[in-house]
Amino acid sequence: MDIKLNTPITVEDTAKLTAGDYVYLSGTIYTARDAAHKRMSDTLDAGGSLPLDIEGKILYYLGPTPARPGKVIGSAGPTTASRMDKYAPRLLDMGQIGMIAKGKRTQPVIDAVVRNGAVYFASVGGAGALLSKCITSAEIVAYEDLGTEAIRKLEIKDLPVIVVIDSKGNNLYETAIEDWKIED
Amino acid sequence: MRELNVREISNALKDMAISINHELSSDMVTLITNAREKEQSPLGKQILGQLVENMDIAKSEMIPVCQDTGMAVIFIEVGQDVHFVGGNIEDAINQGIREGYADGYLRKSVVGDPIIRENTRDNTPAVIHYSIVAGDKVNITLSPKGFGSENMSRVFMLKPSQGIEGVKEAVLTAVAEAGPNACPPMVVGVGIGGTFEKCAILAKKALTRNALSSSSVPYVADLEVELLEKINKLGIGPAGLGGRMTALAVNVETYATHIAGLPVGINICCHVNRHISREI
Ligand code: SF4
Repeated sequence: MDIKLNTPITVEDTAKLTAGDYVYLSGTIYTARDAAHKRMSDTLDAGGSLPLDIEGKILYYLGPTPARPGKVIGSAGPTTASRMDKYAPRLLDMGQIGMIAKGKRTQPVIDAVVRNGAVYFASVGGAGALLSKCITSAEIVAYEDLGTEAIRKLEIKDLPVIVVIDSKGNNLYETAIEDWKIED
Repeated sequence: MRELNVREISNALKDMAISINHELSSDMVTLITNAREKEQSPLGKQILGQLVENMDIAKSEMIPVCQDTGMAVIFIEVGQDVHFVGGNIEDAINQGIREGYADGYLRKSVVGDPIIRENTRDNTPAVIHYSIVAGDKVNITLSPKGFGSENMSRVFMLKPSQGIEGVKEAVLTAVAEAGPNACPPMVVGVGIGGTFEKCAILAKKALTRNALSSSSVPYVADLEVELLEKINKLGIGPAGLGGRMTALAVNVETYATHIAGLPVGINICCHVNRHISREI
């Protein structure tokens, strides 16, 4: 099903999403990938607080290419999610509602999605030029020293994403492959 | 003896890095475009449609095809009658990459030490494979390699008794495990034979071969066809969300090996299989 969704999204919104839905997402999201996740985790371990209020936020696992002069951002597709699996459950338990990335997730992440009524979206890997056209503004809000890995606040308009793991724990990566596999 | 200023190597690599990150080679464009026609899954077709549109936008608006503009892998064949002047060849190669990644607004994705992990901020050093060949020309191939797919690559040290069936099983295992992480549809580079490191280098080299071409060795060409068919029955599909187009091509390279071994390297690449060559 094709759905239009605006941020902030709530557990009522995620409850209506099903693995396989094609969603056009608009509003505000934040980028964070390996180094930013590690630093957020270290900060929490040390008793500090996160550089953004994670409650109800969607994180896009993205490290863009540099913007050309006059452009908002460079190429902006998803990175592989599994490297963030170590950090994701804690953030989801703190209220993060969504993740956009690509690739498989481990069971603790899936459990945290279900426990918190969150959602895991995929954007299409290797479509960074196309996806960048849906980003209308980008601003570094934390960890500027991390370069491409800094946390950026993005305004997006109709970013195409697909629900992979929904709040019921359905996992499109598991089910779709069964539907399409041909046994010899 | 032909004198060649290393600055020419830097200039070539700079151009090549910018070009290949914005415009894929024609073999890849053909394969991705054809895959959209062939895909039976509606979602898969839609995703392949995004990839075709993505290539157009990348080229016309000079936005890199993928934000992971890779670690620069270089195969350089140096004719033995060439004499480099004007500096050190390795520095010249890295200088070309440095300039290409800066001027092309490409992402700097290299850390200087694998444990300390501080970004070198200029995407160097490159990974360089040199070979010395006959003649007075230099042939450079650049393949900026993304790590979503690189991370899913494998080396298997099979027993000779496992033979070609063992090779097939190894490839299918690697592809199945790669799944959505490697941004399918993939290109699969396979190196059979040699030693532990040789099979991996062959697999990497296989990825730089025209993805529409077949091996000149008949049984290897048959193996490429069979593996592609088998991979496309796995059901992984575009973006790993189900479908027939899991791989676009399988390229296999072989080499002599030891009486006791059957090394198999499998280098997984995504549809953003960037490879570009130039002769100087
Ligand atoms: S695996 Fe390929 S397409 Fe996917 S993010 Fe990496 S470079 Fe891009």
